[in-house]
Amino acid sequence: MIELKNINKEFVNEDVVTKVLHDINFSIAKGEFVSIMGPSGSGKSTLMHILGFLDTISSGEYLFFDKDVSKLSEDKLADLRNESVGFIFQNFNLLPKTTIWENVRLPLLYADKKIDLSIVDQVIKSVGLEHRKDYLSNQLSGGERQRVAIARALVNSPDIIFADEPTGNLDSKSGLQVMSILQDLNASGKTIILVTHETSTAEHAKRIIKMRDGKIEDDTTDFKRKIANSLSDLK
Amino acid sequence: MKKEKITNSFYSVRVLLRNKTRTFLTSLGIIIGIASVIIIMSVGAGAQSLIINQIKGIGSDLLGILPGGSDESGRPAASLGVSITTLTYDDVQAIDALPEVAFATGYSKGMATVTWQNRSTDTNFVGVTSDYPGVESTELIDGSFLSPEDDFGVNKIAVLGSQVKEDLFGDFNPINEKIKINKESFRVIGVMESRGTAGFQNQDDQIFIPIETAQKLMLGVNHLGFARAKVAPNVDGLVAEAAVEALLRERHDIENPEEDDFTVSLADQAIGALTSITDALNYFLAAVAAISLLVGGIGVMNIMLVAVSERTREIGLRKAVGAHPKDISQQFLLEAVLLTAIGGLIGIVIGIFISWLVSLVAQYLGYDWDFVVSFFSIFLAVIFIALVGLLFGWWPAKKAASLNPVEALRYE
Repeated sequence: MIELKNINKEFVNEDVVTKVLHDINFSIAKGEFVSIMGPSGSGKSTLMHILGFLDTISSGEYLFFDKDVSKLSEDKLADLRNESVGFIFQNFNLLPKTTIWENVRLPLLYADKKIDLSIVDQVIKSVGLEHRKDYLSNQLSGGERQRVAIARALVNSPDIIFADEPTGNLDSKSGLQVMSILQDLNASGKTIILVTHETSTAEHAKRIIKMRDGKIEDDTTDFKRKIANSLSDLK
Repeated sequence: MKKEKITNSFYSVRVLLRNKTRTFLTSLGIIIGIASVIIIMSVGAGAQSLIINQIKGIGSDLLGILPGGSDESGRPAASLGVSITTLTYDDVQAIDALPEVAFATGYSKGMATVTWQNRSTDTNFVGVTSDYPGVESTELIDGSFLSPEDDFGVNKIAVLGSQVKEDLFGDFNPINEKIKINKESFRVIGVMESRGTAGFQNQDDQIFIPIETAQKLMLGVNHLGFARAKVAPNVDGLVAEAAVEALLRERHDIENPEEDDFTVSLADQAIGALTSITDALNYFLAAVAAISLLVGGIGVMNIMLVAVSERTREIGLRKAVGAHPKDISQQFLLEAVLLTAIGGLIGIVIGIFISWLVSLVAQYLGYDWDFVVSFFSIFLAVIFIALVGLLFGWWPAKKAASLNPVEALRYE
């Protein structure tokens, strides 16, 4: 599904060139659950932004479903984000003082084709928040907010879900809840890419790509995978 | 309109309602700007109607005949207080005889102390002919005016302006009473209706006496201050003006019009000139008021820039879930337009209300003041609101749309 060939990324700031990614090569198949791990400054966030069509590469080739997406226009990238990916952020990024339902519906506002809005209620139910759908975003706890964000990432039925430090702002119990939802989603066939600096979080995935100084240090499936208790068990 | 845009406009309205104080203060600049444009245009139109109604009160089909020539360098000398003796009662009688003229009278004015019994008042006397009520379109409320027989000879009779009657007689009936004007004894034969002020002259504070009485007995002169003629019905004012000019040239033996020793002017022309002057003044004032709109617009832009930076993360998120730059700029442009539209609508209402109050007060004070709110001024205001909203919302909206999604999402 995803194939990266010799990806380089550099930032130019006042004539100072900073190289963030060096010759990255890897591919991700449909249904995988990959953790991209590394300390801050390792380039893992930049890599995720490129994979999620939020950022562009300096050189190399990015094939998405065998199609080169490295030279698409801003509008075409926006369409790809809208149709093919869902994002979950560390700080949730919900619209303030706006209902849960409206927050989850947001990506559909920018969809080109007409989408049946019953999907909004379905995904809210899938993260166990159907009783809260008319609450305002600021009336929820951190764990609940992140579950709203997951619902929002699911509402456009994306091919991949990107989670950028999704447990970083949560207590351990809420964090585990989020990880269990992600594992359930993966079990039901969704491709998930998780970015984290914590080994314990990364080990919920099936494969770990370790980054250091803009290079891939390790790419392994050889570890003991952690399984978070499912959402229903925690209730 | 796409449904998405309707939904986003609800969101924009909510954002504005969420920051009520800020929204109100930002709109205030627009409110004041729009209200002042409308008030100035309306009050200007009201003042214009006041001036023009006063001139029309004298009669717009009225020819004014002043002694002394008029050239491009300025007004006739007679209007500046210089005494010119070229216009005579004979001239007025000849003008009156023209078929283009319905009524004509000369005016021979002087100051007078008028006494009745032990009361006295300082006022003006005016020597006029029996045509005076016809010329000035006025009527009597009591008694009768000078008759055609009084047009010749020194007859000591007087018609009182309503103000003079009030000052001297109060509620007492003045008809046939003897009054003294500068020590000469006159018999009162009538009282004029009240007419108010026209130009700078209180029409009610004067006494009318036969023209020759004023010239020979009171002033000892042979000329007239000025004359007025009412254009005959169905005759064009300009035709009558030309006829009077030709007549006076013939009578005064003038061949070259540049050597005219008189000036004939038509009140309609004066109204036209005054209208264009007051129009220009109104537009000038409205333009000054529009400057405050510009300031208000800058306030809107300022607040929109603050909003863009406050909501950078929201913009980043919207872009991450698939918003195009165009979607983002439309959202912020819509907010700016809403902000100015709210202010503009309130401004229009306040502007109309204050203009109405001003007209009420003016009417209460007895001025002939029309309450005029022209559709043009509202139209102008609406166009301005839209322009201000688009103009000053455009830059912040463009700024929002061009934000890099990655940086916007990281923004703290």
